[in-house]
Amino acid sequence: MTVTTVGSHGGLAAAPPPEPTDPRTGAAAAYSPARTLPLRVEVIRQLRRRRTQLGLGFMVLLPFLLLLAFKAGGPDNGGGAPGLVDLATVGAPNFTLFTLFASTGFLLVVIVALFAGDTVAAEASWSSLRYLLAAPIPRSRLLRQKLVVALGFGLFAIVLLTAVALLAGWIGFGWHPARSPLGTTIATGTAFVRLLIVIGYLAIVMLFVAALAFLLGVYTDAPLGAVGGAVVLVIVSNILDAVSALGNLRQALPTHYQYSWVDALGPSVSWDAMTKGALYSIGYSIVLFGLAWRHFLRKDVLS
Amino acid sequence: MRRRTTVALTCAAVIVAVGGIGATAVAGQQPGVTQTASMVPVGNGPDGSKVSLDTTLFVPKNLHGTAPAVILAHGFGGNKDDETSEALTLARHGYIALTYSARGFGNSGGQITLDSPDYEVKDASRLIDLLAKDPRVHLDKPGDPTVGIAGGSYGGALTLEAAGYDQRVDAIVPAITWNELGQSLFPQFAQTAPATNAADTAPIPVPGVFKKQWAADFFGTGSDAGVTPTTCGKFAAAYCAAYQASAAQGRPTPEMLALMAANSPARILDRIKAPTLLIQGEADSLFPLSEGDANAKGIAANGTPVKVVWYGGGHDGGLPETKRIDSLTLSWFGRYLKKDGTAPDTRFEVTVPNAALTASDSQPKPSVRVAPGLPGVTSTGSTPTQALNLTGGQQTVVAPAGGSPAALTGLPGFGSILGQVAQAGGLSSISQLPGQVATFETAPLTATLRLTGSSYVDLKVTGTAPDATLFASLLDVPSGSAQPVLPQSLVAPIQLSGPLNGGQTVRVALPAIVRDISTGHRLRVVISTTDQGYALPQTARAYQISLAAPTLSVPVLAVTALNPSNPALVWIGLGVVVLVLLAGWLVLRVRTARRIAAASDPALVDIPLVISGLGKAYQGGFRAVSDLSFQVEPGQVLGLLGPNGAGKTTTLRMLMGLIQPTEGEIRVFGHRISPGAPVLSRVGAFVEGPGFPPHLTGIDNLLLYWRAVGRPIEEAHLDIALEIAGLGEDIHRRTRTYSHGMLQRLGIAQAMLGLPELLVLDEPTNGLDPPQIREMRDVLSRYAATGRTVIISSHLLSEVEQTCTDVVVMDRGRLVAQGTVAELVGRGGSTLFGVDDEDATVRLANAMPGIISAGKSHDGVVMDLNGTPPADVVAALVAAGIKVDRVAPQRRLEEVFLTLVGQEHS
Repeated sequence: MTVTTVGSHGGLAAAPPPEPTDPRTGAAAAYSPARTLPLRVEVIRQLRRRRTQLGLGFMVLLPFLLLLAFKAGGPDNGGGAPGLVDLATVGAPNFTLFTLFASTGFLLVVIVALFAGDTVAAEASWSSLRYLLAAPIPRSRLLRQKLVVALGFGLFAIVLLTAVALLAGWIGFGWHPARSPLGTTIATGTAFVRLLIVIGYLAIVMLFVAALAFLLGVYTDAPLGAVGGAVVLVIVSNILDAVSALGNLRQALPTHYQYSWVDALGPSVSWDAMTKGALYSIGYSIVLFGLAWRHFLRKDVLS
Repeated sequence: MRRRTTVALTCAAVIVAVGGIGATAVAGQQPGVTQTASMVPVGNGPDGSKVSLDTTLFVPKNLHGTAPAVILAHGFGGNKDDETSEALTLARHGYIALTYSARGFGNSGGQITLDSPDYEVKDASRLIDLLAKDPRVHLDKPGDPTVGIAGGSYGGALTLEAAGYDQRVDAIVPAITWNELGQSLFPQFAQTAPATNAADTAPIPVPGVFKKQWAADFFGTGSDAGVTPTTCGKFAAAYCAAYQASAAQGRPTPEMLALMAANSPARILDRIKAPTLLIQGEADSLFPLSEGDANAKGIAANGTPVKVVWYGGGHDGGLPETKRIDSLTLSWFGRYLKKDGTAPDTRFEVTVPNAALTASDSQPKPSVRVAPGLPGVTSTGSTPTQALNLTGGQQTVVAPAGGSPAALTGLPGFGSILGQVAQAGGLSSISQLPGQVATFETAPLTATLRLTGSSYVDLKVTGTAPDATLFASLLDVPSGSAQPVLPQSLVAPIQLSGPLNGGQTVRVALPAIVRDISTGHRLRVVISTTDQGYALPQTARAYQISLAAPTLSVPVLAVTALNPSNPALVWIGLGVVVLVLLAGWLVLRVRTARRIAAASDPALVDIPLVISGLGKAYQGGFRAVSDLSFQVEPGQVLGLLGPNGAGKTTTLRMLMGLIQPTEGEIRVFGHRISPGAPVLSRVGAFVEGPGFPPHLTGIDNLLLYWRAVGRPIEEAHLDIALEIAGLGEDIHRRTRTYSHGMLQRLGIAQAMLGLPELLVLDEPTNGLDPPQIREMRDVLSRYAATGRTVIISSHLLSEVEQTCTDVVVMDRGRLVAQGTVAELVGRGGSTLFGVDDEDATVRLANAMPGIISAGKSHDGVVMDLNGTPPADVVAALVAAGIKVDRVAPQRRLEEVFLTLVGQEHS
């Protein structure tokens, strides 16, 4: 049996006197709540996780998988949006639009829910949350920094997917002007502006997913529960949206306008649906974030 | 609402879906409207027979006093029932509505004379007479009711003519109708003069090309309307004969030209004083936009208010826009019949179909744009144009003998359906036949072009034939492999006469279209020799076609979106969002600042820990801690001792700000603890086991934790922490691979980062092996020796005894004992004597001097020796004949502990 020695503790004997303190707060002088959990630190903590790497890696992989599928099978009439599938092989911008279209309903939802739902719940499951809070990182600051990083990763995932899809489309189908389902073409410069609008709108739509997952993640100590719960609720919303008997009530469903970014592909951008979708998404998100904050600021951390 | 386009049964199929079905469905559901049907005698027909019209009067039931009236005229081939839905709508809005079947249609008698001023137009005056006698109808003066007329197509021309011939008409809404029937059925788009307005036509004085398919539908419908199989059906004989003769020769007979001219609004536009809302359809190959413009121009020239609306529908289907047209009509009548005082609105409105996409219904979405007026029509000046360079040299095109094969661009009533096929790429092969077309193209556009109206091109046509029949169209040509699009499937026929061998230069008005042409697209002018919709020359010809001027003049009317998505709403929404967030942030900041400011007690700044009256009750009533008070002084190593479940961990969690106390408070260096209290930066804690992200190495965990604390790295004293962790090279492995003991040591090292003034360790020796436990004891006492304070919680007596200077004993959430270890464990403690005669022992002990107390216990006698050596007591007992089998120190701490824990311990 080997005996591990604990060390000589020579350093402890020479330990310096305690640091000066701030008389008003009683804190160590060098401590400031505003400097706790810098974004860079949280980014490193998240980026080194296999989960983050896999999620982002899949964003790189998916366009090439789709490319292979198109090369192997040729275009297929998959239904859904007006012909984005049929136009997928026209060129890089169209391939990108199709990739985004194929990812909007589920893949991006899962990725965004993963980043936003897991960030607090995972700390709770590792028991590291209590040490961060006792560091002390003020609770509101912890939520804020974690949310900013999670949203940043979500946005990065969307941008990464778009960029890789452009690249994959370029490799696979060359660079040809984008064609809208209306038959009109969109010049490259305009197409980039439209893509930015699409990404921006997708990000706003996904904000709701992030807010939902974040709220669940603040409630539960089980990361999978938060992510899965959010995904399931989004799917339920999608299912309700398919029930035409609900009529106009469906407009208030948070996922009702999730594909409205297609409206940016016409000869001119039609903002109506996107405006409504964005306002609904932001509105729901504020409520959900508000609930998350309310709960987390008051909760007894037992994990 | 004026979409009733029953010119032909074929197109009725498309249109009925819009209005007809709605009419029957809605009819029974209008309890607030009284409907009265009656036959109204109106006079004789051209054949001398007496004619009565089948009418229905719609009166609002809640009508008090009088109301203005509206006459609704139906389309060709229809009857009064087509207008029921709209009549009910008007009645619901307080109008008295009158629908009727025109002569020759429905149950009305008489023959069709195509809106003749002598018959159909006079009928309208008889109906106005009828309204003038109804006491419920508001009168402008005796015999002159306040009345408006609305109608589409056949009813639209009637509307215009009635307003021209009968000055009692106060407002009209004619829709998708003709200006000059001759130009509609024999269109001629070769121009004499430059254009001044967006869909101008100034045809050269040569009869145009016979629009045979539409004409056949038009006249065929009238012929079918009868029960008896005759070639003329209900058409009056003169009309029937003129049409048949014209159709047979493919060009209008003089009789036909005279009849068409007599029955066209063009003749009487200068008489129209009734404010006119003129609606024309973009999807209309029968009465194209140029007809509406000509009407609007003629009426506006009188100074009469005219509003022109180009909507997305028409005889070819397109976009119905029912709601929008309804509301435009209601507001027009409201302004000029009810005199509701709303501001005049003569802005030009144009629908741009396919302007945008929408995901909600997978359909392209139109957008409606406005301009202050239509230049040259309802406002001064002329439509601004832009000249685009055209390329393409002289091309020879052939017209086949017998006019076959001929291009197929559209079907009457189905133009836009073919257009959709064309967009899918299936039609270009039949809309332009090889050898029959000459094409001229612009360069790719450098900016989006909002095409609104007719473009013009100057052509030179040379040939050997005595005349020429050509069809001009304008295509939107996307870049890449996408198919060109022929917007609305519209073509502009040209008929040239006279010698062509020297070449004839002609200005051609291309079809008026509304479309956004994207950047990068080209415009292509196509000149074809054939089109199946028209009568074609029967002899084979060849023409040479070239550009007389290398430019295409396109209208670029300045239009703006009518209803941009309500920006006010967006900004208000965003404003509220920002305000809510700002308010929440401010409230949080103020509360935090107040809490921290109110949390300081200057008298206690040197006391590491003061707990007073602390209590925690969880939801559901379980009390983990009750009324706990104690104080820890600097330099102490305090043991928090108690069995599992005593509330130790809950207390430490409250100390870390993780759990909110329900009563009492905790002060660290005088500052009250709350979640995230800054003073916690001077506390290092290890509570309930380690907590590390498993994907990080040991060293990364420590470094990133310290960076999360946000203090300078030199304050961390990482070397000391690493020394305490004692993990060697393992510190560079992921913590996922660590054993429990390694995690434990890393956790303690993390708690000691920054050498906090108050170090809190919960069960620190769990999982450590004996040498490590000994080392840990050493570390903690050295740590306290630096003037810092340590709190250790444990359920093990020995650990506390060996490590701590002071002890707090807890059980079931309460404090049961506190003091120094020396006080509680000190030499003056009790001693247990195992004896055979306990009663005798107690008696003897009580008699001995120095012994403070003696009492029976469950396994012997416990005495408080107060310094008396146990050996002396044993000697005395043995001397008294009492057998002693064991002597054991019975410490008070353990006694307390045992009492608390019960009988589990022996």
